[in-house]
Amino acid sequence: MAEMDQNKIRNFCIIAHIDHGKSTLADRIIEMTGLLTSREMQSQVLDNMDLERERGITIKAQTVRTVYRAKDGEEYIFNLIDTPGHVDFNYEVSRSLAACDGAILVVDAAQGIEAQTLANVYLALDHDLDVVPVINKIDLASADPDRVANEIEDVIGLEAHDAPRISAKTGLNVEEVLEAIVHRVPAPKGDPGAPLQALIFDSVYDSYKGVIVFCRVVEGTMKKGTRVRMMATGAEAEIVEVGYFGAGQFISCESLSAGMVGYLTASIKNVKDTMVGDTVTDAMRPCASPLPGYKKVTPMVYCGLYPADGARYNDLREALEKLQLNDASLFFEPETSVALGFGFRCGFLGLLHLEIIQERLEREYNLDLVTTAPSVVYHIHKKNGERIELTNPTNMPDPTEIDYMEEPIVSAEIMVTTEFVGAIMTLCQERRGIYKGMEYMEETRALLKYDLPLNEIIYDFFDALKSRSRGYASFDYDLKGYEQADLVKLDILVNREEVDALSFIVHGASAYERGRKMCEKLKEEIPRHLFEIPIQAAVGGKIIARETVKAVRKDVLAKCYGGDITRKKKLLEKQKEGKKRMRQVGNVEIPQKAFMSVLKLDDE
Amino acid sequence: MMNKRELELYIHIPFCARKCAYCDFLSFAVPESTYRDYMDKLIEEIYGQSLCFPDSCVISIFLGGGTPSLLPADLIGELFAVLYGCFTIAEDAEITIEANPGTLTMEKLEVYRESGINRLSLGLQSADDMELKMLGRIHTFDDFLKSYQRARQVGFDNISVDLMSALPGQDLHSWKNTLRKVMMLKPEHISAYSLIIEEGTPFYERYGRDGEPLEEEGVFSQRDGCQAKSILPGNDRERYRELPPLPDEETDRRIYHMTRELLASQGYERYEISNYARPGMECRHNIGYWTGVDYLGLGLGSSSYIGGYRYHNETGLKKYLSLDLREAGAAAREIQELSLEEKMEEFMFLGLRMMQGVSGNEFLGRFGRNMWKLYDKAFRKLQDQGLIEIEAPWVRLTGRGIDVSNRVFSEFLLD
Repeated sequence: MAEMDQNKIRNFCIIAHIDHGKSTLADRIIEMTGLLTSREMQSQVLDNMDLERERGITIKAQTVRTVYRAKDGEEYIFNLIDTPGHVDFNYEVSRSLAACDGAILVVDAAQGIEAQTLANVYLALDHDLDVVPVINKIDLASADPDRVANEIEDVIGLEAHDAPRISAKTGLNVEEVLEAIVHRVPAPKGDPGAPLQALIFDSVYDSYKGVIVFCRVVEGTMKKGTRVRMMATGAEAEIVEVGYFGAGQFISCESLSAGMVGYLTASIKNVKDTMVGDTVTDAMRPCASPLPGYKKVTPMVYCGLYPADGARYNDLREALEKLQLNDASLFFEPETSVALGFGFRCGFLGLLHLEIIQERLEREYNLDLVTTAPSVVYHIHKKNGERIELTNPTNMPDPTEIDYMEEPIVSAEIMVTTEFVGAIMTLCQERRGIYKGMEYMEETRALLKYDLPLNEIIYDFFDALKSRSRGYASFDYDLKGYEQADLVKLDILVNREEVDALSFIVHGASAYERGRKMCEKLKEEIPRHLFEIPIQAAVGGKIIARETVKAVRKDVLAKCYGGDITRKKKLLEKQKEGKKRMRQVGNVEIPQKAFMSVLKLDDE
Repeated sequence: MMNKRELELYIHIPFCARKCAYCDFLSFAVPESTYRDYMDKLIEEIYGQSLCFPDSCVISIFLGGGTPSLLPADLIGELFAVLYGCFTIAEDAEITIEANPGTLTMEKLEVYRESGINRLSLGLQSADDMELKMLGRIHTFDDFLKSYQRARQVGFDNISVDLMSALPGQDLHSWKNTLRKVMMLKPEHISAYSLIIEEGTPFYERYGRDGEPLEEEGVFSQRDGCQAKSILPGNDRERYRELPPLPDEETDRRIYHMTRELLASQGYERYEISNYARPGMECRHNIGYWTGVDYLGLGLGSSSYIGGYRYHNETGLKKYLSLDLREAGAAAREIQELSLEEKMEEFMFLGLRMMQGVSGNEFLGRFGRNMWKLYDKAFRKLQDQGLIEIEAPWVRLTGRGIDVSNRVFSEFLLD
C-alpha cells in the first residue's frame, strides 16, 4: 500500500434528501465495484443498525473502501464516506464532508430538490467539494428527469444536463456514476513526508480494540507505533493498528499516508478523547496547527429518562454508559424527581437523536422508560449577575431573582409546494417564527426562511409541518444563537401537589393555552380514583387552568358465583396490572405515558 | 356419613325461551327436541363423574341456567332419580332450582317437590311491566305472582326472588316500588343485583362499558381493539338505541344503599354484596362458592373446583353432545391447578364478598400462613381509605368498600 498512487484515490460522499436513494446507490456502488457479490449483500450494507434500516436513515457515518477498474483500464481506490442524514447530526455531516474531496448529489427524479438537498449542497460547497449531480429513480412512473435537471441548474447552479440518470434500485446507468467519480472527483493532495495531520470524522467503540478512530490523513503518514496526539482534547496514545474499511470489516495495513482514509486504534478507552472534528498529529513531530472547523458539540435538547421499574436504575446507567462509548454527543447525569424517582437528565443533539437513544435503550437493553418532556437549554441571567444554563425546568430559579432569560433560536429553511405556503406560514407564526424571506425555486415550489425558537420546534413541529402540507414540506435548520424572550415556567398540580416531572418552560403568551391543553390531556390520561382529583396549571403560583377527574363512585361486581370466579379474577388482575404502569405522586397514581403527553398537544 | 368430604353440585341447563337483553350467561333457545338429547348427555356425565366421588357427601345441589324450569317435568324427575342413585346426598341438603315466571306449572312444581327440591329461586328482576319488557323478559309481574302463589301452594317454604336494579331510566321511586311489592310477599331470600353491562349483549351495544352511549356501529369494538360486528340486526339496534340512559353512578349507589335499609327494616339481612335473607335462610350453596367448598359442575359450560383444581366444561353444545362422557372428566376443556398464592387470593376476594368478612384464624388454619402479616400493607392502606374494617379475627368491607370492592379485591392479588 505504501506505494499507492495518490492520483488513484477518490474520497467522496453521497449527499441526498431523506429517501432519495443515498443508501441504495451506496449499495450498488459497492456491489458493482466487485467487493461483494449480490448474494452477500444484505440490503443497504451501510446502514448497520436495525433502527437505521427501519427508519431508512443513516445515523452513524459509515465508510467503505472499494476498488474500481475504470474504462481507462486503471484501478482506482474509492473511499465512500457515508454521512448521517438528519439535521440533528449536521456537525457530523460537516466533518464527514471535510474528509472528502467530492460529493455525489443524489436527487429524486420525481421529487426534485428538497430542503435537505440544499442544506447538504451548501455544506459541501462550503468545504470546497466538487459536487457531481445524479438523478435517481428514473424508473418511477412519476419521474421527470428533465425538469429535475433544470431545477438543479436553476436552483443550485450546477451543470446537470449531462448528469447520470440512473435507477440505483435496478442498477441502470450506475456505471456512469462510477466513471463520473473517476473523472470529476479530484484526487487528494498532501505530502506524505510532512508532519502528520489527520481529521477525525467518526469513531466507534470496540470492546477488544478500544476506540476505533476514523480519519482522513491530510498531511504526513501514520503507522503502528506512531505516538499520536489529539490536538483539541490533548489525549495521547501509541498507534496499535492502522487500516482501511472493507465492506463491514476492518482491514489492517502498514500505514496510512496523505490522501488516504482509514482508521487507527491505540487502546483508547473513551470516545470523548477522540472527538469528531479533532486533528490527530504526531506527538513527537507535531504539525503547526490543527485542521480548521473543530467544534465541541453540545446537546441541544434535554429530557429526563427514568426506568419504569425503579429497580432497574443501574441497568439504565450501564446502558447509557455503553451507548456513550459510541456516541460522544450523548450526555447524561443522574437526577431525581419527586414523581419519577431516580433517573438521568440526558442531553441530545436533537429530537431524533433523543428518539433513537430512547428506542435503542428500550430495544437493545430491554428497558421500559418514562421520558419527561424535552427541553432546550435556556440562559438565565439573574439580577445578581449570575448566569445559569437551564436544562431542567424544575431548576428554574424564583422569577423574582431573574433579570431576563434567553432561548435558542434556529434559522430554518422550509421547502414547500406553493399551495401550502399559507398553511406553513401560519404554522411558523403560531410557533413564534420571524419571517426572513421566501424564494421561489420554480413556479410550484418555494423556500421559506424563518427564525424559530428551538423550543417551538422540538416537540411536534415536524409532524405538524407534514400534516399541514400533506407531507410535501421538508425542513432543515441551524442554530443561530440566543435571544431574549418572555419565558415562564408552567407547573402542573395534580391533586394540589406540584408534579416536578411535568413542569415545562413556555413562552408567556402561550402559557394559558398550553396549560389548558395540558390539563385536558392529563384529564384523559389519569384514571378515576376514589376521590376527586383537580388538575391545575399554574404560572408563578397562579392557577391559569383547571380540569377535574371525577371520583369513582362504583366499581363493583354484583355477581360472582362458581362459574364466574376465573373470569372475575382476570378482571382484577387486569386492574392490578394497570396499576403497575402508574407512578405514585402524593396519593394519585399517574400513568407513565402521561409524562409524555405534553409532547402531543397540537390539535391539527 | 360424618367423615365424608363435603361436595356441592351445580347443574347447568343452558336453555331459555328467549335471551334477555342484558344476559351474557351461557344460554340460548333450542328446539324442544334438544332437551331430551341434552338430558341424556347430562346423565351420562353424572354417571361418569360420580365414580370419582364415592366418599363425598353432597350438601347442596343448584340447578341453574338458563332456565331450568323450561324443561318438562319428567326430565327433572329423571335427573334427580339419577342424582340420588349416583351420589350420597345429605338428608338436609339444600336443593335449589332456578325458575322463571311464565314457565312454571303446578305439574312441574309438584315434581320438583317429589324430587326433593326444597328451594326455589324465581327470576323476577322487576315488578314494573315496562321495565320487564325493556329487559327482554318473557313474563309480566302478574305471571310472577301466579308462579309464586303456586309454589307456596305446593309447599315451597324457601323461595328466593331475583331482582335487578339500576335499570335504564330507573329512579329510586320505581325501584322502591319493586322492593315493596316483593317484600309484601315475604319471600325467604332476595337477591338484588345492580345491572352489569356485559360485553356481547344488546345492552353493551347500547351503553358500552361505562354506560356511555355508543354512537356508531363499530365504534364500540375499537375500544376493545378488535373489530367485532354488531350482534344486533338493524331493527333491534334502533329499538335499543331508544332506551333511556342508565342511572349515573351516584344514583346507582343510592339505590344500592337504600335497598339495604329497606330490606333490613323488614327483617332481611344483607349477607353478601347482592344477597339478603331472613336469618338462617341464606343460600348455603352460594356461601360454599365464597368459602372455598369443593363443587362439581355438571353440564354444558359448568365449572368445578375440586381439591385445588378448577375445571371448565366444554361450552359448545354440539361438541358437548358429541363427547363420550362415560369417563370422569371427559367434558372438561380446561383444567388449572391453583397455587397456594392463588388459593389465598381467592379466599380473600371471595370471602370479602360476604358481610361477615374473612377470618384470620380461618386463613391460618387453611393455609398455615399469617393473613395479617401477608396482607399488612393492603390492610393498612384500605383501612386508611375507609374501605375495610378490622375487628379481629375478622376483616370486612365497609359500605364504601362495597361500592368500590373491585379496587379492594385487587389489593389482595399477590405478586
